[in-house]
Amino acid sequence: MSMAAVATTPSGYLLVLAIMWPVVGILISFVAGGRNIARVASIVLPVGFAIALAVLIAVVRDEQSQIYVVGSWAPPLGIALRADGISAAMMMTTAIVMCATGFFAHGEFDQSPGLPEARAPLVFWILLFAIWSALNALVLGSDLFNLYVALELLTFAAVPLVCLKGQKETIEAALRYMLFALIGSVLYLLGVVLIYGAYGTLDLGLLAERVRMEPAAWIAASLMTVGLLAKTALFPLHLWLPPAHAGAPPPGSALLSALVVKGSFFLIVRIWFDAMPGLLSVAAAQLLAALGAGAILVGSVLALRQQRLKLLIAYSTIAQIGYLFFIFPLAAGPPVGMDWSGQAWTGGWLQLFSHAFAKAAMFMAAGLIAEALGHDRIADLDGVGRKLPITMLAFALSGLSLVGVPPSGGFVAKALLLVATVVEGQWWWGVVIVVGGLLAGGYIFMVLGKLLATPHVPLTLQDTVSRPREIAALFLAICAILLGFVPLQPSELLQIGR
Amino acid sequence: MNTATLFGLCSAALVGLGLFGIIVDPQPLRKILAFNLLGCGVFLLFGVVARRGAEAGLQADPVPQALVITGIVVAFAATAVAVALVLRLFSMSEETELGAEATSKMEAEGDHS
Repeated sequence: MSMAAVATTPSGYLLVLAIMWPVVGILISFVAGGRNIARVASIVLPVGFAIALAVLIAVVRDEQSQIYVVGSWAPPLGIALRADGISAAMMMTTAIVMCATGFFAHGEFDQSPGLPEARAPLVFWILLFAIWSALNALVLGSDLFNLYVALELLTFAAVPLVCLKGQKETIEAALRYMLFALIGSVLYLLGVVLIYGAYGTLDLGLLAERVRMEPAAWIAASLMTVGLLAKTALFPLHLWLPPAHAGAPPPGSALLSALVVKGSFFLIVRIWFDAMPGLLSVAAAQLLAALGAGAILVGSVLALRQQRLKLLIAYSTIAQIGYLFFIFPLAAGPPVGMDWSGQAWTGGWLQLFSHAFAKAAMFMAAGLIAEALGHDRIADLDGVGRKLPITMLAFALSGLSLVGVPPSGGFVAKALLLVATVVEGQWWWGVVIVVGGLLAGGYIFMVLGKLLATPHVPLTLQDTVSRPREIAALFLAICAILLGFVPLQPSELLQIGR
Repeated sequence: MNTATLFGLCSAALVGLGLFGIIVDPQPLRKILAFNLLGCGVFLLFGVVARRGAEAGLQADPVPQALVITGIVVAFAATAVAVALVLRLFSMSEETELGAEATSKMEAEGDHS
């Protein structure tokens, strides 16, 4: 990572826009109120998408990071915003999921004309904009304290989304989530102050030059990592996730599972690969991957044992997060012959993007099924596939990506990781990837079998499902499949700025 | 022992007490209080770091002081959100404890509403 010349690049202003625009949306929402919120959203979402696309194009065109130095104060005194390849790709993924979720949510969080103004639509859209802004700030920040603020904004937007329905169970789930998040944020902050005390800077680029292998650095890095793991819900800190993600309304679950847990993961990668590249010892990398392996096995087995569809999908999230942590031992190693560590790097990020699309699609499909049937008990799903073919198709396609069946983003991601495990002589992680794929196949095909079965008594739907909402879920599932057509080699985009 | 070391040890003690409380205590409200204790330890550490910067020849290092103000605001906001959730839980069920197994209740409930 080269931070030699920290100066605002010509397209740097786009980074400020990316963070500011959703906040502008929030402010307008407060003025417009619940009655006009859908119209506000129909402007904020496409413009936000266009900004993310513009950042991606600028990064690809210039083949270098886009930088904005806030107030022209250069680090270490000032704060720089920086979009490298992974930030741009992450912003694009966020924008796609946000727009599809917004489209899906129109059916659920619209103010019905003639009725008194409801609170939920206004709150939902404001939280959606807030999550978007916080995620953009998180992927663009290059100052550890600035990143802390972004992380907290993300948590404060995500927790209320869990308890939007206001039932006792969801409030409990939100409180549990909040308590884990509190521990996470304070441990992260403790790491930040130790870093500042030892090196006198919080800028990622300057830290990379100054950090030495010494107790202050590794204690700080461990504290920050543990704090972030609690927010990412990596096994064994995953206890809060299933009730929180399963209890939220479907568009909320989609955002939480697809994007919010990835925000803190992104920050862990920033710390270990960008701020303290020399500090990632073999033991630390193996420990992180071991926790990931534990997440894959425990999450998948628990998913197999669930009786409710939304809980099954939430446990599947825990398992899929586990794969991301193989990036640490596989991508940090020295290149052997060909660029195998680059391959693992690409595989890890593709897993993140394809899981974001697939899991959002799957939560939407599950939400539509629950809406149509009035319940989401897996045992009573017989024959839903015949009544809701498009929803079932969305569920099936996103499921294939989670299992890793070609062609799908999940397949490419897992294939790249698997090859890297073999070539780098860490075959034990390869075994976990294969077993995890089989277990995922188990819980996905268990549900698909139910959906396709012929029911004993003819199935009657309690509620109709709107076609546009089914299309939104299907669109995201197709995005997950389309990622399967990227070439099986290290991606140049994801290497920009490294 | 100079002041920076003394306050550094105080902050370590606060962090330790807070961490113990937040992990061991089952009551959400007490966990939130423990979080604030832990937070105080961290904020004190910011002060110690600023003081050490001062000993390095500067008048006083202003950056940690700027950071700690933001940190306090964020911790205050986090506490407010958490306490609001506890209050809401209390108003709904007259209890503020979290059940041991969160998902079992959701499984038993089953119906989507």
